[in-house]
Amino acid sequence: MISGENLLEIENISKEFPGVTALEGVSFKIKRGEIHCLVGENGAGKSTLIKILSGLYPYGSYSGKIIFDGSEIKFKSPNDSKLFGMATIYQELPLVEQLDIAENISMGSEISSFGVIDRGDTYTRAIDALKEVGLDVNPETLISSLGVGQQQLVAIAKALSQRSKLLILDEPTASLSDEDADKLLNILKQLKKEGITSIYISHRLKEIFSAADRVTVMRDGRTINTYDITGLTEEDLIHAMVGRQLKEKYPRRPHKAGEEILSVSGLTVVNGELNKILKDISFTLKKGEILGITGLVGAGRTELVMSLFGLWGKIESGSVAVDGKRLDIKDAGKTIASGIGLVPEDRKRLGLVLIEDIKSNISLASLKKISPDGVVDEGKEITDAEGCVKKLNIRTPSIEQEAMNLSGGNQQKVVLGKWMMTAPKVLVFDEPTRGIDVGAKSEIYNIINDLVDQGIGIIIISSELPEVLGICDRVIVMCDGAVAAEMPVAEATQEKIMYYATGGKGEYAAK
Amino acid sequence: MQQNKGLSALKDILQKNVRKYTMFIALIVIWAIFSLLTNGIFMSPLNLSNLLSQTVVVAIIAVGMTLILVTKNIDLSVGSVAACTGALAAFLQVKLGWGTPQALLAAVFAGFLIGCWHGYWIGYLTVPAFIVTLASMMIFRGAVLGLTGGETIAPLSDAFAKIGDHYISKEISVLIGIAFIVLYIIIELNGRRQKQKYGLEVAPLARHLAWITFVSAMIASFFGFLVVNRGIPDSVMLLIVIALVFSFVAQRTVFGRQIFAIGGNSDAAMLSGIDVKKRTFGLYAVFGIITAIAGIVLTARLDAATTSVGTGMELDVIAATVIGGTSLMGGQGTVFGSIIGALIMASLDNGMSLMNTNITYQYVIKGLILLIAVWFDIYTRSKSGAGK
Repeated sequence: MISGENLLEIENISKEFPGVTALEGVSFKIKRGEIHCLVGENGAGKSTLIKILSGLYPYGSYSGKIIFDGSEIKFKSPNDSKLFGMATIYQELPLVEQLDIAENISMGSEISSFGVIDRGDTYTRAIDALKEVGLDVNPETLISSLGVGQQQLVAIAKALSQRSKLLILDEPTASLSDEDADKLLNILKQLKKEGITSIYISHRLKEIFSAADRVTVMRDGRTINTYDITGLTEEDLIHAMVGRQLKEKYPRRPHKAGEEILSVSGLTVVNGELNKILKDISFTLKKGEILGITGLVGAGRTELVMSLFGLWGKIESGSVAVDGKRLDIKDAGKTIASGIGLVPEDRKRLGLVLIEDIKSNISLASLKKISPDGVVDEGKEITDAEGCVKKLNIRTPSIEQEAMNLSGGNQQKVVLGKWMMTAPKVLVFDEPTRGIDVGAKSEIYNIINDLVDQGIGIIIISSELPEVLGICDRVIVMCDGAVAAEMPVAEATQEKIMYYATGGKGEYAAK
Repeated sequence: MQQNKGLSALKDILQKNVRKYTMFIALIVIWAIFSLLTNGIFMSPLNLSNLLSQTVVVAIIAVGMTLILVTKNIDLSVGSVAACTGALAAFLQVKLGWGTPQALLAAVFAGFLIGCWHGYWIGYLTVPAFIVTLASMMIFRGAVLGLTGGETIAPLSDAFAKIGDHYISKEISVLIGIAFIVLYIIIELNGRRQKQKYGLEVAPLARHLAWITFVSAMIASFFGFLVVNRGIPDSVMLLIVIALVFSFVAQRTVFGRQIFAIGGNSDAAMLSGIDVKKRTFGLYAVFGIITAIAGIVLTARLDAATTSVGTGMELDVIAATVIGGTSLMGGQGTVFGSIIGALIMASLDNGMSLMNTNITYQYVIKGLILLIAVWFDIYTRSKSGAGK
């Protein structure tokens, strides 16, 4: 019953939000049995398109035509797209953490008679589905006890068990380790052999080149072009995505480190609840220096930062001093008042008040400064916010735009703007470029460089080794809650960092 | 011709802000319906003045409840606490012979302590507000029974009772009305100038002026009605002052901004250096004071402290706040909206009483209106694409 070579044809789709055109005349075709990557900067319109395809934005809320398997489709709800054999797997997984794998896999298509669930069949189905994605765990395991990578696989298993013809994956590897990401890609390739088509959204160029058959590039709500992966170079792809030639991926500037601004010595933090410990951590940070902290997932990097803000564990011993003054860590307010700012990894959850506008988000951490006698000087607030928007090149029609309407890169800049208003001495970035496209990435690196030039001490926590090697001056490698090694970036290599991150002891001998 | 232009400008504004002013329009519609059904008795100055007095207690508490809901918390104890603080004042005066000012101050201080108690449990011990205040609802109802000994405490001294039944003289009422209109116009024009100064978008001048004229006319007719009757009731003046202070605090002060940020995303607020516990504590402490003030007005109006007064009031207050557009999801709400909500609830009570509607239907109708109002709010929100 093969009708034509294309499984999905998207014709001239446009969609508008109040005040913004999100998509304008988007057209491309997905061939049967291919892995088709969809790439573009944040705000290019990929997520909006996916939401249309999955029925979240129903037929009628957009213009244009979608042809699936030879006939035009008009989805009214996500359930319709499921019935047609399309499964969408979002970054935030729609799994219920309190239920087990089997129950999640059957959710929405439960096997039952007279409304009573047939547990036996439910588990058999789950076992079959897990086998397809190569996940070897008991289907009675609770989702909450799985790692993110495994949860991702469960979501795919769920999609497969519903006999989907088309898998749509929205940045599935954004929060996965390299190893888990590779595993996921291999499964997609395996599924391709079985005739399942995938649309794959990713910012990781490496993955695109290893898995995709074809790539469609989107920019500013339009489709730019579709390319065959063979013969395409990374530079060409980046050029198509950003519409300009990026000079360098990691803009490095010579920094002049000044005096010591932050010193952590012998810090031991215990979190009894999670049975985790940070052991005897010592390091220093100088003004005008970028210190990278890297390590594997679970090495304790984010925990270290959170403990500086009094948000993780209990400090058993050790001390922290900012600018020579001992910091008595009690709560985030104290740490922030001492001059340390944090750009968190999960900006939507920890960095922004999404329902408030850009102006209010930017002034949030420095309200007291612009409010003589407790009354906010709104004129100053507006001027400061306008200044930030201009300086950081935040793309928005107005500072009264709500933060939730911004793209990831622009949201990250708003969080940055918030901290710049506080005139911090030390700024900590936790995975500053995660989920951010190449164009916005280099903008953020440039901003970091500007901050360093102003004499701010910067700490960057990152799992992306090229990033660490590309912009940091000094690197600390963490392993199992302790500092495993420290080195100037000139002496660091990816291999050396991995050696210490994976528990290597003693001098590293380059092979 | 000129007038037509003004009218179309007005229509334009109303259309643009239909969601913002939905409940205000609903209030006007409800008033119009009751006027028709009661042959105009509803809109008589005397009745409107009664209506306002009936609204005041719920409205005062709703003003404070707005900020409580904005922080994603709730307070179920307001009926009991208002009754308890009112009973305390009556007890001190009637049984112990305290002077009125001392008795009132003691009641307000008691409200403050109760608020601190709530704030400590909710803010610092992180027990859900629903539970803490549900417990208080019982505890302070018990305290009312203890203070009154199960009997009505009456009569109060004149100075106390006057709070519930005293009017500002007509001459001064006129001056106050004019002062409010002038103040309003100055604030609007100042805001406009400031927005222009910073290059933010403003409505066309003609349209803005039409709007200012419209609102001024509303303020004028509001005070006009009161003056024609007996002047501004003291309690209404109190409500106006509290509402203005809270509006200012909510929009313009660090405290207010932080309250909204906490409601919008408490984790992000905390990581921006806001002391969420302290702010929650402070808000409940202030709310305790507000509730006590409402309790005093309530007791003064009845000229007595009774055991069952204020029962179920928490639901009226929460309904008023929610009808007024405050989101139970936190981060959104306006003081002005909550007062409109309180007026809607009181208008339904008052209008249906005038029509001698069976009490059964009164409850049913009020319940349905609450349901429809909130649904309509959600519906218009999803239509405008906000909240996605």
